[in-house]
Amino acid sequence: MQFFGGSDISPSPPPPTASGHNAHMMYIFNRSGICLLYREWNRPLHTLNAQQDHKLMFGLLFSLKSLTAKMDPTSADKGNLGVPQLPGQGCSFHSFRTNTYKLSFMETPSGMKIILLTHPRTGDLRESLKYIYNLYVEYVVKNPLYAPGTPIRCDLFNTSLDQYVRSIS
Amino acid sequence: MAPVAPRSGDAIFASVEHVNAELFTLTYGAIVRQLLTDLEEVEEVNKQLDQMGYNIGVRLIDEFLAKSSVSRCVDFKETADVIAKVGFKMFLGVSASVSNWDADGTCCSIVLEDNPLVDFVELPDTCQGLYYCNILSGVIRGALEMVSMKTEVTWVRDMLRGDDAFELQVKLLKQVPEEYPYKDDE
Repeated sequence: MQFFGGSDISPSPPPPTASGHNAHMMYIFNRSGICLLYREWNRPLHTLNAQQDHKLMFGLLFSLKSLTAKMDPTSADKGNLGVPQLPGQGCSFHSFRTNTYKLSFMETPSGMKIILLTHPRTGDLRESLKYIYNLYVEYVVKNPLYAPGTPIRCDLFNTSLDQYVRSIS
Repeated sequence: MAPVAPRSGDAIFASVEHVNAELFTLTYGAIVRQLLTDLEEVEEVNKQLDQMGYNIGVRLIDEFLAKSSVSRCVDFKETADVIAKVGFKMFLGVSASVSNWDADGTCCSIVLEDNPLVDFVELPDTCQGLYYCNILSGVIRGALEMVSMKTEVTWVRDMLRGDDAFELQVKLLKQVPEEYPYKDDE
């Protein structure tokens, strides 16, 4: 008979960087481009309606991924621009920064895309995005009331996400 | 910052929450028993187990990717190795091995010496066509489909039917890269 100890969400969250502002907003897309989650904490300006906003964001990332992979100076294989890549294959971009915000991006081989917009002085958020992916697995994927491919409506996920995002830069 | 190296199956298995092995085996046995009572046809039960496995697989893949930090596998050989060494270890606590590669590298066998699902199980004569562990083939098929690989998974050897090990044949049908989902007209 085997009994083992329990543990909570792993890996444990990375230590918080500078305290202060919240992030601006966050998107989670699945592999078919459906926006599973859109959270907004601090967004003064809305220019598009929600649908167009999501399509724009997804399209932007799709194109950026494709572009960055094709412009890779270290890669030997140069496919044609516009040919869809398998997620996770080749090089993958992880953030871009403007003078007013920084967008951090993570894509998993299963096609889940997590996007977080924060203030421009934020450090590298790759570990934080991985932790958010773990939160997604614990509260959403393992939730029997959640149907994969539909927008996320899990309160527990939202609160733990808010709590976690408040603790990063 | 360099990306985190993938963790070995043992390390992850040690860190996740466990459920009692007997509870798991007996619960699975009860599920199969109930399906046999409800559906009566052994073929129907096989199909239903496969479908249940598929539904599990599409969710399991995210948990697998999150916990193991494995990045995209370069080819199908690597995929099969990862399933056998990390996947089975992480979720069932058993190690599997990969063998019988065909010439193209699209078809292989995953061999399980030890299978926690079948402890205490014997198939009666009325259920000889039953693939008791068919849920596993569904799980692998579902999980691989979420990483853009369409596969066909079948049982080649089954200890409950008198063979000496459990052997799953995994055949890659095709890789399906993701298409841009929106049409070009805004």
